[in-house]
Amino acid sequence: MKIIYALFAAAFAALAIVPFAAPWLQFVLTIAIAKGFAAVGVALLLRAGLISIGHAMFYAAGAYTAAFIVLWSGISDLFVLLIASTLVTAAIGALVGAYLVRYRAIFFAMLNLAVSMVFFALLSKLYGITGGTDGLRVPVPTVLGTTLTKAGFDIVLFYVALALMAIIAGLGVQFLKSPLGHAVGAIHTNEVRLEYLGVSAWSVLLIAYTISAALAGLGGAIAAVSIGHVLPEYAYWTESGHLVLTAVLGGIGGVAGPFIGSIFLEIVHTVAVGVAHNAWNLIMGATLLLVIFFLPQGLYGLVTKSADKTSSAKLGENKS
Amino acid sequence: MSQPLLKAESLTIAFAGIKAADNVSLEIEKGEFLAIIGPNGSGKTTFLNLCTGYIRPVSGEVYLEGEPITGWAPRRIARQGIARAFQIPQLFTDQTVRSNLLLGIASRQGVWDGLKPLARRRYQEEADELLELLGLSAHADAIAGTLPEGLRKLADITLALALKPRLLLLDEPTSGVSALERFSIMETLMNAMRTKGLTALFVEHDMEIVERYADRVLVWNSGSILAQGKPAEVLQDPRVVETVVGVA
Repeated sequence: MKIIYALFAAAFAALAIVPFAAPWLQFVLTIAIAKGFAAVGVALLLRAGLISIGHAMFYAAGAYTAAFIVLWSGISDLFVLLIASTLVTAAIGALVGAYLVRYRAIFFAMLNLAVSMVFFALLSKLYGITGGTDGLRVPVPTVLGTTLTKAGFDIVLFYVALALMAIIAGLGVQFLKSPLGHAVGAIHTNEVRLEYLGVSAWSVLLIAYTISAALAGLGGAIAAVSIGHVLPEYAYWTESGHLVLTAVLGGIGGVAGPFIGSIFLEIVHTVAVGVAHNAWNLIMGATLLLVIFFLPQGLYGLVTKSADKTSSAKLGENKS
Repeated sequence: MSQPLLKAESLTIAFAGIKAADNVSLEIEKGEFLAIIGPNGSGKTTFLNLCTGYIRPVSGEVYLEGEPITGWAPRRIARQGIARAFQIPQLFTDQTVRSNLLLGIASRQGVWDGLKPLARRRYQEEADELLELLGLSAHADAIAGTLPEGLRKLADITLALALKPRLLLLDEPTSGVSALERFSIMETLMNAMRTKGLTALFVEHDMEIVERYADRVLVWNSGSILAQGKPAEVLQDPRVVETVVGVA
């Protein structure tokens, strides 16, 4: 376990020097982390055996909330935007989830898809409020009352996203070890037994759904202020599919998995577009197939496996 | 006289016209170990399902220490103190036996704590005590789904006991295990029952088990109670011999 933490600490340190060592990666990683939050939310539901093909609606809800707050109230502090967007999205998640978590399997997946597409349609059609298909521009927010240049703000946002990733990962690990975290997994294994233990599976799932929506909303808000523009496409079903793919590719065995998956996908995407802009889909697809065939536990499984091997090797050395 | 722990009054339910309970009334006294026997399909498990809220009767009431619990959800009934072990063990098969128990213990307070670890000392100690009592200490860290049937049965019963129930319902606790294991499971179970001072109702097909361990036996046939009383007397009843013992 210590080796895994050391690996993550090293990866975190490597990410922290990106704005200086590889500035071109900063924006890519900010978006990757933003999508990573949403993918963590999707992964949480996957642990309960539920696939949401509609979680991009919460990503979009977070992004649009940030835009609305700036444009309507004039409040433009980054932290206010992030907190408010997360809370609003959590409330939307609780409202939608109260109905959706009664369903399982394909019905849950399809209903999420249906609700998200209704949300997408509303964002596209309510031109007077949402800007329609043109979307809304999000001005550069202030940071604790300080006005920054776009470049300066982007660096601050990157570090804020990085710090939030560490905090969420820490809280996520605690959550998964907690009774509630175990109960989420227990729904996948044996929901009937959980009910016979006196636990309401509906309530457990509603909490999980609300948390997952809040995480997606946080990601959406980060993306909105980073890109400076929000569009209905944020809520489109292909984005939801992308989040599921990210979670599965990264692995749902640990909270770090979806972040690893998201960073991996964004980098592969960026490199693939740069190397062969006509065939980047082919490169992406081939990469995904390789991961799916050879890493059934996702990229997180590769990390834990490597850590286990290193531990075993060290143990062997100590014995001999 | 104190009121019965569980009282069923005029329960009626039918499936596709076949009555699984036909105006059935019965009582279970505190501290009693009541066996229900009967032919396959006679409605024994249906009675457990009615008591635990899994299905609702067409008519009739179930009372737990005088409180009507008919129509309540299984989780609400479980919180009121009726725990159940299943004919096919219902465990969280991808988790260790200990984790199963920890979740059972935690569920008494609700599982809403999302930050403190499940494996906290107080729960661990209680889980260890239960594992010891049911002879599962050596298998505490085994993945529940990998255990042989007999041990899974015991783990399922232990999980039910983790709720500290007032009434334990056991659906064929010795089915699907070898003849050697049957008595070992029952001895372990009886020891736990005595230690915890539990009341239990168990559905059983094995007359030897019933005769040896039950305080009282109730014979269920075609949705009705055919006979009830001390095992030694009931199992000699010619009607019972003809419908149940002779075919069991």
